[in-house]
Amino acid sequence: MAHPTQLGFKDAAMPVMEELLHFHDHALMIVLLISTLVLYIITAMVSTKLTNKYILDSQEIEIVWTILPAVILVLIALPSLRILYLMDEINDPHLTIKAMGHQWYWSYEYTDYENLGFDSYMVPTQDLAPGQFRLLETDHRMVVPMESPVRVLVSAEDVLHSWAVPSLGVKMDAVPGRLNQAAFIASRPGVFYGQCSEICGANHSFMPIVVEAVPLEHFENWSSLMLEDA
Amino acid sequence: MADVIDDKIKNYRTAPFDARFPNTNQTRNCFQNYLDFHRCNKVLSGKGQDSSPCEWYQRVYKSLCPMSWVSLFYQKHL
Repeated sequence: MAHPTQLGFKDAAMPVMEELLHFHDHALMIVLLISTLVLYIITAMVSTKLTNKYILDSQEIEIVWTILPAVILVLIALPSLRILYLMDEINDPHLTIKAMGHQWYWSYEYTDYENLGFDSYMVPTQDLAPGQFRLLETDHRMVVPMESPVRVLVSAEDVLHSWAVPSLGVKMDAVPGRLNQAAFIASRPGVFYGQCSEICGANHSFMPIVVEAVPLEHFENWSSLMLEDA
Repeated sequence: MADVIDDKIKNYRTAPFDARFPNTNQTRNCFQNYLDFHRCNKVLSGKGQDSSPCEWYQRVYKSLCPMSWVSLFYQKHL
């Protein structure tokens, strides 16, 4: 959950998202160091009265300022490639959930065993209970068992949507007629919020996504209850 | 052979990773299993054999395909 005046990413609930967070910090630190150095050099150049008319060329410094940026780029590229391949790992999911985008709500289907499907509408602002989040809460949450690899197949029934949950490091476009696969593991129990990330009409801002990660027994109880209600 | 398949169906959790469809787009995975289920049924019933091994394809396509797509496939089938 985001907090007021937050500047960075949301807390990660997925191992790959944690890696992305660390990589982002690493790359940003390098960028900040270089920017500070350049800014300092510019200020020093501009604010001095000294002039030097006799420097013509210098092999040494040219070699240094060619090799050093190459080294810095390699230091950025290696973690980046590591994460890229980590994201592409073959995973064997324990559960498959389908998230179908409609105008303007999501519907979730759990059809591994029984045909469980339900819609998830945003709770209107006037119906919120105290403590609930405006424009983020839904009437039915997508419940997943924690610490289990989950495969989400995202598609849409009408126009383009996008299923995104930042804490889980997932953003996947929902394209009508196409089934896009995303995978995640919720490494801790909790409630994770996201919003539709592809413009889809008047109520694009009002179709949030809520994922609730619970221990397996709670998940099984929840799915039995949902099947009875359906 | 039949025991292996029966075991796999009994211990079914969800559609496993399929190396024929390693990428993000799983549309073909869903449709292929649907086709394989019906073809398997047709062939085995045609020979008068037990078509319970075909249940694997049915479980996989039910896991992967959205329910609205399945009804659409059936409508077009008829």
